Amino acid sequence: MLVWSKSGRIAIRAIFALLFGVLFLAPLAVILLSSLAGQWNGVLPSSLTLEHYSDVVQGSAGDSVKASLVTGFAASALALVSGAWAALALRVQGATLERLLGLLFFIPSAVPSVSVGLGLLVAFSNPPLLLNGTVAIVMVAHFVLISAFTFGNVSAGLARLSPDFEQVASSLGARPAYRLRHVTLPLLAPYLAAAFGLSFALSMGELGATVMVYPPGWVTLPVSIFSLTDRGDIFAGAALTMILVAATLVLLLGLERITRRATGS
Amino acid sequence: MSEAAVLSRPAIGKLPGSIWIVPPTALLALLFFYPLALIARQAFLDDSGVANVAEFVSVLHARFFLNALLNTVTISVAATAGCLIVGLVLGLILAFVPFPGSGIIARLIDTFIALPTFLVTLAFTFLYGSAGMLNSGLMEAFSLPEPPVDFLYSTWGVVLAEVTVYTPFILRPLLAAFSLVDRGQIEAASVLGARPFRIVRQVILPAAVPALIAGGSLCLLLTVNEFGIVLFIGAKGVITLPLLIYSKAIQESAYQVACIIALVNIVLSLGLFGLYRLAAGRLGA
Repeated sequence: MLVWSKSGRIAIRAIFALLFGVLFLAPLAVILLSSLAGQWNGVLPSSLTLEHYSDVVQGSAGDSVKASLVTGFAASALALVSGAWAALALRVQGATLERLLGLLFFIPSAVPSVSVGLGLLVAFSNPPLLLNGTVAIVMVAHFVLISAFTFGNVSAGLARLSPDFEQVASSLGARPAYRLRHVTLPLLAPYLAAAFGLSFALSMGELGATVMVYPPGWVTLPVSIFSLTDRGDIFAGAALTMILVAATLVLLLGLERITRRATGS
Repeated sequence: MSEAAVLSRPAIGKLPGSIWIVPPTALLALLFFYPLALIARQAFLDDSGVANVAEFVSVLHARFFLNALLNTVTISVAATAGCLIVGLVLGLILAFVPFPGSGIIARLIDTFIALPTFLVTLAFTFLYGSAGMLNSGLMEAFSLPEPPVDFLYSTWGVVLAEVTVYTPFILRPLLAAFSLVDRGQIEAASVLGARPFRIVRQVILPAAVPALIAGGSLCLLLTVNEFGIVLFIGAKGVITLPLLIYSKAIQESAYQVACIIALVNIVLSLGLFGLYRLAAGRLGA
């Protein structure tokens, strides 16, 4: 406790409430409010309605939710396999190679998403590697962008793992494949689930690379929200944003619950 | 393959063979580094595939490019400074003057990391736009004919939105660093009569400097690369490098120009990434 006087503490809390309210609470509250707003001419809407939700649900919201979920799942699953694989395989490299390759796996997170999309367009628009215009190019773009986060999460988990379990398993004669499946991976499970959840959430909100590469008929939620607001339909955009936020939070909370049950804490 | 497996079996705590690193590396090379190399190549070829270095030089001197570069740097530096200040104030309060519910609020701020960045811009349209809540409130209260608040469609609208979105990236390492500060030391200083500002300056801040440097350089990197916020504000005067790449490639189909700008953007980002790794390395991460 840093501030002891009562008036001082009240002043500090007022500063906190102001900053938190203006920067974090107001944006969330106002998105929720505007997604429900009927007439809105004054400071507050004069009536509330579910019309914007029913509009977007009758429109293409279903397709967008599906496109986002399928893309997020495919990209996160691939990123999880490749990230965990890379993190596990890096442990047996020499120290220099481990540091160099570790850095290499982080670089995709540093490159602007629009450039990742541009690179995919330049590289995969001609046979034999023709991905431009397919759904796969969206998944590849998302995979590239989230791969560094999954790799980072799994590496951090591996670094915290006590080597004792693996050494005991080894000295009891467990073969590498058996040890990996029955010792290392179960111990890593919470980190794998957390990595999957974070990358799924990042994929759900991805916009920069997606607007560069998406084919007609595979419009993810963020792209769909952008085209709504760009047309001036900001209330429908707000409703679709709420659907995106809800889907992301449900996903994260669900994964957290599964992880907790798995680790028994 | 089988030889490698046999040879490494006696090794303790190891997977069989170091060649296992090849598949994920090859995947990343094909899907990321190969396209990246093609961007660099395309920057010196015109759209029919003929070498054209003059275009590269002329884009680097073009006014639209220099404006976008200046905008990108200004927004990034201003937003990072804002994030550092807001993050420090919020972090100090959350860690050292806690109140009932402060734990939940810290987690709520943390979930902003998982939310799409353009959400904040869209919300700002309703809050600070010309027909937004703030302007209608002020117009009603003072019977003004024109909306008085008009910062949203300028550089400052983007900066404020980015401060909201990226402050959690400062707060996370900062709270971790604060949790390691010895509470006894603070109480002792406070019992000895040191005022809160002095305790913050002499005890708390030195412990937080590495976290601030690491979080700040991460913010610089993320704000240079930010796209959604700028796209959603859609102000004509606020064009950044990522937005310029998008409009050249998708709206004008000028791929060489897009690749030239992307190359500059990537070099800038990788430089900032190096800075971040250096700072995070010092942090002992």
